[in-house]
Amino acid sequence: MARMKFLCDADRCIECNACVTACKNEHEVPWGINRRRVVTINDGKPGERSISMACMHCTDAPCAAVCPVDCFYTTADGVVLHSKDLCIGCGYCFYACPFGAPQYPRLGNFGSRGKMDKCTYCAGGPEADNTPAEYAKYGSNRLAEGKLPICAEMCSTKALLAGDGEIIAQIYAERVTTRGYGSGAWGWRTAYKDMVSG
Amino acid sequence: MTSFARRLRTLAVAFALGLGAAIFAAPAITSTALAQGAPASPAAAQEELLFRYLQTQPQGRHGELVGRVSIPDPKAATLIQPHGREFQEAWRSTMKWVGAVAILGMLAVITLFYLVRGRIRIAAGPSGRYIQRFDGVERFAHWLTASTFIVLAITGLNISFGRHVLLPLIGPEAFTAWSEWAKVAHNFLGFPFTLGVVLILLLWVHRNLPDSTDLEWLAKGGGLVGHAHPPAKKFNAGQKIVFWTTVLGGAAIAVTGFIKMFPFQFIATDVYGMQLATQIHGIVGFVMIALILAHIYIGTLGMEGAFSAMGSGKVDLNWAKEHHSLWVDEVMNPTRKASLPAGAKGAGAD
Repeated sequence: MARMKFLCDADRCIECNACVTACKNEHEVPWGINRRRVVTINDGKPGERSISMACMHCTDAPCAAVCPVDCFYTTADGVVLHSKDLCIGCGYCFYACPFGAPQYPRLGNFGSRGKMDKCTYCAGGPEADNTPAEYAKYGSNRLAEGKLPICAEMCSTKALLAGDGEIIAQIYAERVTTRGYGSGAWGWRTAYKDMVSG
Repeated sequence: MTSFARRLRTLAVAFALGLGAAIFAAPAITSTALAQGAPASPAAAQEELLFRYLQTQPQGRHGELVGRVSIPDPKAATLIQPHGREFQEAWRSTMKWVGAVAILGMLAVITLFYLVRGRIRIAAGPSGRYIQRFDGVERFAHWLTASTFIVLAITGLNISFGRHVLLPLIGPEAFTAWSEWAKVAHNFLGFPFTLGVVLILLLWVHRNLPDSTDLEWLAKGGGLVGHAHPPAKKFNAGQKIVFWTTVLGGAAIAVTGFIKMFPFQFIATDVYGMQLATQIHGIVGFVMIALILAHIYIGTLGMEGAFSAMGSGKVDLNWAKEHHSLWVDEVMNPTRKASLPAGAKGAGAD
């Protein structure tokens, strides 16, 4: 079975935010919730990089480890999903997540943030695949239809790669070898305890 | 045709000029940065180099990687906060070990103490004469704090250990339903608990300042180790420890609790601060639960005559003489009243 991962080639990302928009549109994500975002580091300086970031679907996911109600689960594809029926909105996953992925409908008046929402790798949730109930809570389930996440599919410069970790790492390594430079697979060390270099 | 060629030439010249300027400017920027003593940003860096460079920037003071984001939420600008992994480990193992050892350890100590020592009886037997120990306001403050603390402790332990202990027994749906209510109770009872701690501080602080009698009491093991009855005022050294743990621990747990209730609003305005608040809240909670277990034991099962102090407010005279001899002198001998602080009344000296 494939081990699904995201990889953002920072040397290709042009901060067009199409991935963010595609994600919002695909899943009808409510206002104020950002399952994916583009962060520009070293902004306006030499060595500026833009990186598209969402849930990295970590190996040994920190969110799952700290969840008091154990609402997270990892699919056979290595995708980290959660149940909104079980989530109590405590916010601990946001403190543990190295990538700021968990989002809440409300800021927390007396800790009632509402059910957590995050990137599903376009793989829905625990409900039956592609049912209205699943769509309402988690958005569409492209993986069940044999498709990859919309953000990576939409990426105009093919900076954002999604798919089997070994294959996308190989694609990235080939690029680095060909062009002679690469700033690395951002977040891979923290998420997968793994580095990719050319 | 000629105009197109001219335009092309102009474009080529402009491009060459621009390129030349860029080539000359690039080292100039780098050397300026170096001249100012600032670390130069690695231009086409490896992740490792750029990552380490960015971590030296002021906004990433806990090792975060902070950039710019177009979303109007400053938290979203943090690309990676690697210490999330440390929080994961602290929550998964350190916190749970501290909690389990503190609470189960204390239960073991109490059980052992009960088996060895048994219930501590009033040595001279009950006298049948009672003196007032705590008035209504004092008992209200105590029970306000105590009742809310018990609910807070149970619902708090549910967050730490419920997943391992209760969830397998009742199933995920029931556990979530219960945890949701537990969370609401935990959030709202934090307010009366804080009020109780403030009342306790105001009512009893003047009688809980450490003095020389505490040293003697502690040296004699408080009568818990051995059968001595070291003299004590209204509160002995053991009770003073409970008092200060309640007040100082209560303050710490209240402040961190409010931080957690209003996340990112004050004191802890970033994820690192919230992680710290969560960990302090948990550790202080475990310590308080462990100590209060001992307090509950000695106030009920562990000692004959102790409970009525907080029950009816009155205690048996013989109990008082054995455990709080100096306080009995103070209450029974009216001449000693003069030495009380101005405005304080000899509680129940009737």
